[in-house]
Amino acid sequence: MNAWRLTLRLLRQDWRSGELYLLSAALVLTVAAITAVGFFTDRVEATLERQGSALIAADLSLESSRPLDVRFADAAQARGLRTARTLEFRSVVMGERPQLVLMKAVDPDYPLRGQLRISEALDAPDRPVESGPPAGEVWVESRLLRLLELQIGDSLGVGESRLRIGAILTDEPDQGRSFFNIAPRVLMNRADLDATGLIGPASRVTHRLLIAGAATAIDAYRDWASTRLAANVTLTDALEARPEFGSAVERASRFLHLATLVTLLVAGAAIALASQRLVERQTDAVAVMRCLGAPRRLLMRVLIGRLVLFGLAASLVGCLLGWLGQAGLLAALADWLGTDLPPASPAPVLVGLATGLITLLGFAVPPLIQLARVPPLRAIRRDLGTPRASAALALGAAGLALALLILWQAQDLELGLKLLGGVLATLLALIGVVRLLVHLAGRLAGRARGVWRLGLAALTRRPGAAVLQIAGFGIGILALLLLAVVRVDLLESWRETLPEGAPNYFLINIQPHEVEPLRAFLNDSGIATARLHPMISGRLTRIGERAVEPSDYDDPRAERLASREFNLSYGTEPQSDNRIVAGRWWTEGAEAAPQFSVESGIAETLGIALGDTLTFWVSGHEVSGPVTSLREVRWDSFNVNFFVVASPALLRDEAATFITSFHLPAEREAVVAELARRFPSVTTLDVEAILGQVRQVIDRGVLAVEYVFLFTLGAGLLVMYAGIQASLEQRRAEHGILRTLGAGRRTLLTSLAVEFTAAGLLAGLLASVFAEATGWLLAEQIFELEFGFNPGLWAVGVLGSGLAIGLAGTLATYPLLIHPPLRALRGGSS
Amino acid sequence: MSDQAASAVSQAIGLGKHVTGPAGGLTILAGLNLEIHAGEAVAILGASGSGKSTLLGLLAGLDDPTDGEVWLCGRRVDRLDEDGRAELRAGRVGFVFQNFQLLPTLTARENVLLPLELTGTPDAARRADEALDRVGLSARAGHYPRQLSGGEQQRVAIARAYAPRPAVLFADEPTGNLDQTTGEHIIDLLLDLRQETGSGAALVLVTHDPRLAERCDRRLRMHDGRLEPLA
Repeated sequence: MNAWRLTLRLLRQDWRSGELYLLSAALVLTVAAITAVGFFTDRVEATLERQGSALIAADLSLESSRPLDVRFADAAQARGLRTARTLEFRSVVMGERPQLVLMKAVDPDYPLRGQLRISEALDAPDRPVESGPPAGEVWVESRLLRLLELQIGDSLGVGESRLRIGAILTDEPDQGRSFFNIAPRVLMNRADLDATGLIGPASRVTHRLLIAGAATAIDAYRDWASTRLAANVTLTDALEARPEFGSAVERASRFLHLATLVTLLVAGAAIALASQRLVERQTDAVAVMRCLGAPRRLLMRVLIGRLVLFGLAASLVGCLLGWLGQAGLLAALADWLGTDLPPASPAPVLVGLATGLITLLGFAVPPLIQLARVPPLRAIRRDLGTPRASAALALGAAGLALALLILWQAQDLELGLKLLGGVLATLLALIGVVRLLVHLAGRLAGRARGVWRLGLAALTRRPGAAVLQIAGFGIGILALLLLAVVRVDLLESWRETLPEGAPNYFLINIQPHEVEPLRAFLNDSGIATARLHPMISGRLTRIGERAVEPSDYDDPRAERLASREFNLSYGTEPQSDNRIVAGRWWTEGAEAAPQFSVESGIAETLGIALGDTLTFWVSGHEVSGPVTSLREVRWDSFNVNFFVVASPALLRDEAATFITSFHLPAEREAVVAELARRFPSVTTLDVEAILGQVRQVIDRGVLAVEYVFLFTLGAGLLVMYAGIQASLEQRRAEHGILRTLGAGRRTLLTSLAVEFTAAGLLAGLLASVFAEATGWLLAEQIFELEFGFNPGLWAVGVLGSGLAIGLAGTLATYPLLIHPPLRALRGGSS
Repeated sequence: MSDQAASAVSQAIGLGKHVTGPAGGLTILAGLNLEIHAGEAVAILGASGSGKSTLLGLLAGLDDPTDGEVWLCGRRVDRLDEDGRAELRAGRVGFVFQNFQLLPTLTARENVLLPLELTGTPDAARRADEALDRVGLSARAGHYPRQLSGGEQQRVAIARAYAPRPAVLFADEPTGNLDQTTGEHIIDLLLDLRQETGSGAALVLVTHDPRLAERCDRRLRMHDGRLEPLA
């Protein structure tokens, strides 16, 4: 017979009979969660990329200390991309007196992305403009007008030219890249540059080629250019342009993927339970088909074909639901992301379909393989029972499916392996502990009487089914408790990484002689005393005996770090948000021997180990010392932090400027104006806007994670329902017998309540232990957040679970007690 | 293969079945011989637990014997693997069970169609309709088993058993779950349809019911793992 025809017929009938509803719900939920997160992260990343573009004034930027080869611009234009060139250099302009400035000469098309903003007078509101200054004109920072006592309309001596001051420059999209600038900024037209005579062959100039256009053309160009870059050229794309968002966005993404994985795991348990029930209900049908001459391979084809077709259909529905889900989520976040988002790529649909099939095959195939092995003799001998999938096969297939999905979802081998190890260990521990508890319940049943004995014995009468059922309940409760742990503890900790009083102002270029007066000024102004950190530029020249050459590193980040100057600092104590992960911080304070403490991330990137001697080139001579500690730094804390900190003995005598950060409430902004007046050479950076954006990422991230956890909640409820349904068939026959023997409804109802409450209490106990352990592991190992134990969780977990499962199980099984016992004894299924 | 086996649709030679349980070994059948010819109706009676159903399962190739030979439609069943036996049964062997064993998710008509489709019978639909008509259930062809009474379900099972025109039909307590009147109607159908199939199917009937046994050509009693003829 045509296997497909039989497959389709059985599938249609299965659907009509309602046997697939539970399995469908579990599968649809899994796929919906995966695709919703897939679509969502896809579109958020595209949006962040677009916002990042505004910060480099382009989609891609090539940067070099020498003029860029013209073929880079030609190749971009040939691909239909727009380009603009900028040259940035320090120079001295002439007003009443000379003043050091940071000049930027730009093409008329600049900026390609983001906005330039100017104002017409010192106290006038600013407005956006489409392009840079026209030829013959410069736009300058207001600071320069104050320093040189100039007005708009005056002329400024730039090299050999005099250019008219046309406007005040208030915002420049790529300004953030020159964070530590002492000099006021001046923007000029590139056409005027030659006439100034400022640029000679030996001039120190940063040349940039800005490129923007369609995403596909940008990707193609990035691939083309990255293989042709000379050693002194770096390529920056929009995502790299927002490092201050990196940590927040990465955490949000990890939370989302974690929520998806938990949903997957919980729904997987529901699928396993639902499949087992399907097998129980179909055993007789398969036995009859085998009697009628259906070969095993035909049955296998039919059973697996049916599963695949069903899986595809349910996964498609899941994808649709996932799409609607992400649309809902994005609508909720419209104030952050805007409504004009880039469209999602079709990739999440493929991921969703593949996940649906892998989950289904992994969790449902072992029971189905057993189903095809039902002996035909079962048709005349019902005592042969339902075939059970071998534990090794079931665990193996489920483990393989989980491994595939977790590694795929985690998108990071190390994280994936950690998660996988955790999940498998949890499952094995769960099954082991449940077995033990079921055994203990059996011992207890031996001593109990009446309904207590009946109820507790029910748990041990079917030890395999009871283990599966309690593990299912446990996973369901675990999902709910984890939701509480993540919601209450982890997400709050995340919010607290950026408390209300996080620093919002940075002061840089503080000269040594200004340190004490500035400290006094800040104290008098009531600003919590912030540490003033010395900052010294130095280039890393040697690690041990090995000379550091940028070309030695394959990793582009390492190459960049090796080629640039580090901002070094020294101090007697580590910053409060630093954590020593290897070695020890110097204890003798200011008298400590020469030594370095290095941030662990950069140490790994550059291949620096504890004990290595580092040599820096500082102000024309070498400074050396061993690395005696590695630190983890919370970069998103907005405190002043350094990659490399030295003991005071090493750098105390070098020429340094100082830097500090502090929090200033919005209503006290007048302090900043006073500060600018009293310390004109100190540069004040207001990072409130960036801080606000990061806080917004966290807030929206929390919302997104809570939203995705709704799917997990659904999966948790589903697995508990599946657990109750799983034992229904056997229970029907047992109740038939017990009632025939004279057991009253009340007795049976009480025994059901005892059984389900006991199962619920056991599951709740297990789930509470695992939820706390998982929460702690997640906080400490994956999210690097503080974790506090939560006693309330235990009370809710154990008692709530006993009550909820006791009630739900008893109510769900109650209809069995209403039907006449004869029907149950005859094996009627309705 | 013996000459006798060639002319018999079902034959057991020196058939034995032993099982080992927690309480030790148990011999269910020992050195049992039986031969059933085309068109013959044989009733197997015996006390509960005497091994009637085990014998039926072995004759139909649903189980493996411990000793002896089992022949079905000219082929030695005990030497075939599970799929070989399934292939042999397809279309040649019909079954009627005590608890009907209809597929609950298929309609009456689809249940009857199932063995025809498994064997790839070309005019399956027409034959299924004819079979249902013959058992008087044309009007209920679209009903699911749960919508039918016990007697009706067994009539659908009989239609399903006879529709492929099998060489032999095994019936295990076909009236065991039915009241007397319905049971008699089922007996009539089982025997009448056997005549009408044209090929003259053999009928092997395991039963407690002496009235049903009376109407068969031969009656055998299971005792101590062997068969004894009854008058």
